[in-house]
Amino acid sequence: MTISPVIKKDYLNQLASDGKRADGRKMNEYRPIVIETDIIGKAEGSARVTIGNTQVVAGIKMAIGTPYPDTPNQGVMSTAAELIPLASPDFEAGPPRENAIEISRVVDRGIRESDVIKFDELCIIPGEKIWLCFIDIHIIDYDGNLFDASSLAALAALLTTKVPIEQHRESLEPLIEKFPDIQTYLDTHQNDYPLPVREPPISCTFAKFNNTIVVDPALDEEEIADVRLTVATDEKGDIRAMQKGLNGSFSVEEIKNIIKEAVINGKELRIKLKESIGR
Amino acid sequence: MKSDKQLIDETGIRSDGRKPDELRNVIIKAGVLHRADGSCYLEWGGNKVIAAVYGPREAIPRHSQNSLRAIVNARYNMAAFSVDDRKRPGPDRRSREISKVISEALEKVILTDYYPRAAIDVNIEVLNAEAGTRCAGLTAAGVALADAGIPLKDIPVACAAGKIGATEEDGTFTGGHVVLDLGKEEDNFGNADLPIAIAPRTNEILLLQMDGHLSSDEFERALDYAIKGCHDISKLQKEALLKKYNVSEGDE
Amino acid sequence: MSQSEREIVIPSQYLGECDQFKSGRGTFIENGKIYSQIIGILQRNEKYLNVISLKGKYDAVTGDTVIGIIDAAMSSSWLVNINAPYPALLHVNEVPWRVEFNETDKYLNSGDTIMTVVSSVDMEKKLQVSMKDRNLFKIKGGTIIDVEPSKIPRIIGKKGSMIQLLKKYTQCRIFVGKNGRIWIDGKQDMIGKAIQAIKLIEKESISFGLTDKIEDFLKHNSDLKEV
Repeated sequence: MTISPVIKKDYLNQLASDGKRADGRKMNEYRPIVIETDIIGKAEGSARVTIGNTQVVAGIKMAIGTPYPDTPNQGVMSTAAELIPLASPDFEAGPPRENAIEISRVVDRGIRESDVIKFDELCIIPGEKIWLCFIDIHIIDYDGNLFDASSLAALAALLTTKVPIEQHRESLEPLIEKFPDIQTYLDTHQNDYPLPVREPPISCTFAKFNNTIVVDPALDEEEIADVRLTVATDEKGDIRAMQKGLNGSFSVEEIKNIIKEAVINGKELRIKLKESIGR
Repeated sequence: MKSDKQLIDETGIRSDGRKPDELRNVIIKAGVLHRADGSCYLEWGGNKVIAAVYGPREAIPRHSQNSLRAIVNARYNMAAFSVDDRKRPGPDRRSREISKVISEALEKVILTDYYPRAAIDVNIEVLNAEAGTRCAGLTAAGVALADAGIPLKDIPVACAAGKIGATEEDGTFTGGHVVLDLGKEEDNFGNADLPIAIAPRTNEILLLQMDGHLSSDEFERALDYAIKGCHDISKLQKEALLKKYNVSEGDE
Repeated sequence: MSQSEREIVIPSQYLGECDQFKSGRGTFIENGKIYSQIIGILQRNEKYLNVISLKGKYDAVTGDTVIGIIDAAMSSSWLVNINAPYPALLHVNEVPWRVEFNETDKYLNSGDTIMTVVSSVDMEKKLQVSMKDRNLFKIKGGTIIDVEPSKIPRIIGKKGSMIQLLKKYTQCRIFVGKNGRIWIDGKQDMIGKAIQAIKLIEKESISFGLTDKIEDFLKHNSDLKEV
């Protein structure tokens, strides 16, 4: 583990108490965000997101599978994040550790619980054949705020995903005899088509150190943060997912303020996201 | 790997429009990551790879240390979304083998005795795979090593040649035509693949694998092609490294 | 410096013949020819061909004053990160205090910053540092930033001209460690200004007329955005 010097932490804390940040940002200001989509030819949807120096690539793969018995009419999604050793001297190879699992769970929840993907439209034959949607998040360069970068990358990738029916047509055709409804599905879906999605919630992450709250913490700020809060809000400004992290605490008042800021920042991020996917 | 699919026509044009000795398009950028000690982004045809170097740093665990030289750990990894059918994350037997042969190839050109007890970690991530990822990965790793300031005797570079089904000028079909840098279809339906890596200054062979079927003559032709391909790619590697530093040079 | 002295070379690049030049830093010999082993700037003087590295870890040299960060306190020594490939050892006998066995953490602890000197580098590159000099101390206040160790000579400047400039215009105390770490202490906004100027030097280190450019920046850049 890289140990950062105490005096540097003290310096950042001191700046914070004067309302300043080391890179000159305002407390409620994001670093520059760049979103690119359709960068991975093999993926059904993909995006690369940079927030400052943080860089994340997300790719969507789709396949045909069997539904869960309790949701026979719905498609299935799964989310995985990998903190690969490419991104930081402190990331190790091997199965995902708890940090990677937390990121993938938080991103997953933001998408799943808000029904961003119209799961009922991913059903081909109830109880038999549905679309599986795999979201894989690759952290390429780590300079803090992986929650927002990962979530934005996953959303940009999902919103540009095409359901690859052309590639899977052959595997469905032999089933027509047994399940005549497949014919209808194939007739109405001749070509690859956009993944049916709803307006997504947008995540904003805040960190608190020295009793100051900042949005989009950079790595050196994350290192001194006592506590972190991610808030996902929808286009109406309602709250759709939250996650508090680290061993510090917030007052109720602080959380209310964070939510207000999350709504404001969320609006701006939503515009950026839509511009990037051409909507 | 054997097929009678025609992948090159009687005028010597391949199914993707290339001539027999023509490379796919290659783009190389040095220094693309802020956190790594050295890095490289490389596109080779449809392949997209990133390599990042960390180190030299003290090798951990301690028993892995060599008191005379640095150890080189290359780690080749494919993103789950990089292939047609989603790949389960994490290393499999194929990626472990590729990691091993790449580590060994890189070790030959790194002046490892400068850094006893240290490790040099080379992470290669394949983001999009389309035939020839190990060559693309090793080539990117070579640039990332130089970008990290690691002392090298040479900048390693890789390229493959192979053999594909062909119709000759007189109209007869033959099982094989030696070509440079197999593309996606050629990789799937070709009759031989010969990826190599070389130290371009000396032409020493650092990595060599082969599968399929080649006569001795065909092998020699394939090797010539691959070495020539390596030299062409080597120029792009060097340009990428120089380009990174030319930005602030001579701007006054 | 003339244009030719700023030539950038890359590993494996041919630099000259052994019978004309001696193979200096950053180079190696093969079959009577001298090649570069790193990416760097070629320096030709009458006898030697040197390549001055542009990037890479700090290569510890005995006698260098460096800024270290304590990794761990052990029973009779500390492990110190000096930005080299290896941690350096600081023994209790090498500090200006009398430290009892197992009481090292009363003096220096993980995350503390020290000015120290490289006292030995052995064959296996095992590093030792010492604080037994009145100019060496535990650093309190201010902040530190990291730059490429190879850029340190540019930040110091010819006969210290650049660093004097930085001190003059920011009124900060600035200590430059050979290992690429710089300690800056002063008024908060001035620390910020010094950091920006140093980043600019690092970025433009291979351009010409840098001293004037930096003086310009320090003089005119009073309307800095925040810090």
